[in-house]
Amino acid sequence: MPESSFKPLILSHFWLAFGSFGLACVLGVYQVLERSGLIPLMQSPEVYFASVSTHGVLMAFVLTTFFIMGFGYLVATTSLKMPLAHPKWATAGFSVSALGTLMAAIPLLLGKASVLYTFYPPVQANVFFYLGAALLVVGSWFWAVIMVVMFGLWKKAHPGATVPLPMFATTANAILWLWTSVGVALEVVFQLIPWALGWIDTIDVGLARTLFAWTLHPIVYFWLIPAYIVLYSLVPKAAGGALFSHDLARLAFVLLLVFGLPIGFHHLYMDPEHGQGFKMIHAVGTFFVMLPTLMTGFTVIASLEQAGRKKGGKGLFGWIGKLPWDHPVVLAAILAFLMLIAGGFGGIVNASYGMNAMVHNTAWVPGHFHLIFGGTTVILYFAAAYAVWPKLTGRALIEGSLPLVQLWSWFIGMIILSTPWHILGLLGQPRRISSVAYNSLLTLAWDPYELAMIIGGLILLGSAFLFLHILLASQRKGLRIAAEEAEIHYADEEPEGTRVPALLNGFGVWNLVILLLMLANFGYPIAQFFLFKTFGSTGWGY
Amino acid sequence: MSSSSRPLHIDPLEKKWLKVAFALIALFVGVILYTGFFQHVHPPGGMETIDSAALHLSEEFAEDRLGVSVAPDGAIKVTLVAARYGFYPRSIKVPAGRPITFRIASADVLHGLHVPMTNLATMVVPGYISTVTTRFPKPGEYPLLCNEYCGMGHDHMWSQLQVVSQEDWDALTPSSKEP
Repeated sequence: MPESSFKPLILSHFWLAFGSFGLACVLGVYQVLERSGLIPLMQSPEVYFASVSTHGVLMAFVLTTFFIMGFGYLVATTSLKMPLAHPKWATAGFSVSALGTLMAAIPLLLGKASVLYTFYPPVQANVFFYLGAALLVVGSWFWAVIMVVMFGLWKKAHPGATVPLPMFATTANAILWLWTSVGVALEVVFQLIPWALGWIDTIDVGLARTLFAWTLHPIVYFWLIPAYIVLYSLVPKAAGGALFSHDLARLAFVLLLVFGLPIGFHHLYMDPEHGQGFKMIHAVGTFFVMLPTLMTGFTVIASLEQAGRKKGGKGLFGWIGKLPWDHPVVLAAILAFLMLIAGGFGGIVNASYGMNAMVHNTAWVPGHFHLIFGGTTVILYFAAAYAVWPKLTGRALIEGSLPLVQLWSWFIGMIILSTPWHILGLLGQPRRISSVAYNSLLTLAWDPYELAMIIGGLILLGSAFLFLHILLASQRKGLRIAAEEAEIHYADEEPEGTRVPALLNGFGVWNLVILLLMLANFGYPIAQFFLFKTFGSTGWGY
Repeated sequence: MSSSSRPLHIDPLEKKWLKVAFALIALFVGVILYTGFFQHVHPPGGMETIDSAALHLSEEFAEDRLGVSVAPDGAIKVTLVAARYGFYPRSIKVPAGRPITFRIASADVLHGLHVPMTNLATMVVPGYISTVTTRFPKPGEYPLLCNEYCGMGHDHMWSQLQVVSQEDWDALTPSSKEP
């Protein structure tokens, strides 16, 4: 099958992802405006919570899933230099996910599914919302299986060879996603859908929250791994250097896969349905998952330093100035790191078991995940799009510094948005309110921060539109370029004739480790709902 | 082409950094374990079930049992029902500086309880009883906010917590001074 024939499929993934992202950014600006109370006419909890639910679903599920699928197909075909396996199934997966998105979007936009992207039973949404969410996930399983199949086919065709790092990481992510999505799938299929259809009267909210927590932490690594692929595989070459480390890069992805899964209870620290013992075990696991991120920080910064020194950078920090700051991929990586450092600090606070009580469900939490997901992860999605657009469209990016303006404005907007958000959390503001109605002096201190967030939101919206403009204009009017110019260059591969340790070239053993860790950390906590008498909840409106 | 897998390669600089990374993690985990086991800093927890649809029939959460109670040994307990859109009773008074145990159950959907500027926080999950013990160092008026989305009136879900000094508390509850 010729390479050109699946480019439209990959572009469809990207446009659905980024189009949803643009719409979600518009909703985001509405939300900061509404929430500030600046324009009294705007005040409406009905519209606000429908908007928050839609914004969350579009950003967390639609942008991510479609981007990851499209990027995965591209990485698989270009790094393995082989055609897409089972392209019909890939198209089917896209169609199922797109149908699910549409099916969920209609009740969301009509205000019939204002249950937030975390579902929150026993408030009950229209059944089509749950069905749509389920289909979105089912479609992504097609992708995950195709990635695993291509990984296997390539290894069979190249006995003894090392799987290229970007594909190793993509396969890790596919396996991670299969493990991750089981939790929410169980919740949706066995609890939410039968309950919304009236087949069962009540559901156990404690069990539902536990299953969602299974998914809720590793899903962020599902989003993050493509961003890390950009850092490891695209940034070093873009900076004019090479990847500092081979083995630890692979190990980092393995650790994300293995330790990302069995630690979801840090979302349930404040919940009554689990004991402190399991919460503490998950807390300790959560700190170990810092390790791959600390390793990534070191490896990527070391790669950048080597590149900077090659260009003549001297002294402890001289290499920083020598980096090609005008290269979108390099600039995005630098800005991503700055946000990762701040966001990582916030994450450590959230993870800190007892201290979590200070920030749980306060404005600190959305501040944190906007910085680390909307900031670090999404800015690297931008970088990925800029890097692969010529390959997909056969045209160069439009001339000029617009991509740099876009990246800088996203960074500045995100800092202006998320810094006051964190402070609001420390000042006690709950995260999910549509207006401030408490008759308490405490709330006076909140006003200036809410106003600052509007400015951040507007800058981000402008940056999002600029991003969509750059992609569209490049695809339509960019200079046509030769195929070899559009090639994607991944950072150095393992030299021929040697092979990384087998454990870093496959996932068999790691799947077994995950199974054991999941049994240890989730086995009893889930079984307890069947061992003891619990009381279900009937559905509630909102 | 024949090849065999080589041993894991770690650069000396990477080895140093790994030591730093492990030290950082050990520090954080150490602080959590220390404060947990020796200073009893824990999140709430406990897996106690209750039928949220029948709170009015329960021993503990029937309407006339709610509010602040002082046990013969002086232990202070606050029993609350979280329901759209408030924590009931809507106004409670407790002393500063003493351990107070909150017991909360939901009568309908998910709620969350948070008193800003203190470490009193817990989720309130239908079907389960939340228990959390804390002490408030400073007297004052505190809002007791719902911090979990619970419906269109969520913004309005809050109650009042008044923390009074020990002297004022003793004046209010002469019985608590009896042996």
